[in-house]
Amino acid sequence: MKLAMRTNGTFPFKLIGQIFAVFLKIGPSTFGGGYAMLATIEREIVHKKGWMDDEEMGDMVSIAGSAPGGVAVNSAAFIGYRLGGVLGALAAVIGITLPTLAIVLMLSLTYSAFKENAKVEAALQGVHASVVALILVAAWKMMRSSLFDSITWILAAASVAVLLFTGLHSVWLILGGPIVGMAAVWIRRLRNMEVRTEPERREDDQEPMMPEYYI
Amino acid sequence: MLWELFVLFFKVGCIAFGGGYAVMSMIQREVENKGWVGVEQFQEIGSLSGMAPGSIATNSATLIGYGQAGIPGALVATVGIVLPSLLLIMLLAAFFIKLQHRLGVRSAFYGLRPIVTALIVYAAINFGFGHHSKIGELLNWQTFGTLLICGGCLFAIVKYKWHPFAVILASAAAGIVIF
Repeated sequence: MKLAMRTNGTFPFKLIGQIFAVFLKIGPSTFGGGYAMLATIEREIVHKKGWMDDEEMGDMVSIAGSAPGGVAVNSAAFIGYRLGGVLGALAAVIGITLPTLAIVLMLSLTYSAFKENAKVEAALQGVHASVVALILVAAWKMMRSSLFDSITWILAAASVAVLLFTGLHSVWLILGGPIVGMAAVWIRRLRNMEVRTEPERREDDQEPMMPEYYI
Repeated sequence: MLWELFVLFFKVGCIAFGGGYAVMSMIQREVENKGWVGVEQFQEIGSLSGMAPGSIATNSATLIGYGQAGIPGALVATVGIVLPSLLLIMLLAAFFIKLQHRLGVRSAFYGLRPIVTALIVYAAINFGFGHHSKIGELLNWQTFGTLLICGGCLFAIVKYKWHPFAVILASAAAGIVIF
């Protein structure tokens, strides 16, 4: 970890500025999901700046992917914090969020201005269908990395049914899932059964075997 | 209003496991309950948010905040949804870096991941076709067009590895032709 820039006791304007600038640049590339962006982060942070090594990058990916929130913002917070403490984390998160905030606001204002136009409205309906497709792709990737035995399949199917047919708030499912998971592992261990909490990795699998946390 | 926006999106941010898609239906439910955004309007917000880079949930927060209270609202809602991740990640980065290898943590995620999967599957169904209250209303040109474009997008992404942005542009063009 290269913390040399923090050691002289003065406020690290230069470092904080650099962190902000790097993530400002990464922000617009966070299009289309976590992994596209992780590649950009790796290029900028590991190769160009030399701020982190590959092992730390691996730690970061697994933490950023499992904490709540988008993997892009989480990665930014992690890297920023490691490099420049709380201020570094703030600079990184603001840097990565600001461009998307501006872009989505501009898109929305542009859409509102031309909303009466039937063609614009039709185009947005087309986009709506493609967003459904992007969500389905994320769901498919998530299924591949999280559903691999009877318990996980039943849990997922039951949850979809609950969501479709009851008014139960999803926070109960999010709280209940880990309890079921821990109970299942505990029972299996008591009965001396094999305990597996992640699917087996296939040799031919190129993608990292972690939940596809699309941003 | 600003405080209400902040609290709502802070809560959403705390349980946003699995990134944006998994919490979309929760956001929809909360803002509809408050009477801030109607069903049709949420479809628009979701489509615009999905078009822009960044998390669809964070972008939706920005747009809902903007709709309620202008630029300050957009900023407050965005800060609200991002803050929980920021705080938690700083904690994890500072203290618990190797936590993810413990059996207890791994078995909790073993149970959580299928739930997140279910939430994303539900998000696709709900966002795509949830604005109809009866099954019969689904049988129209609108639904057919959506399915057609959606299928085409899936084909382009899976078979031809199109970039999401290219897919979105193509579907906008397809939308003009079909609808």
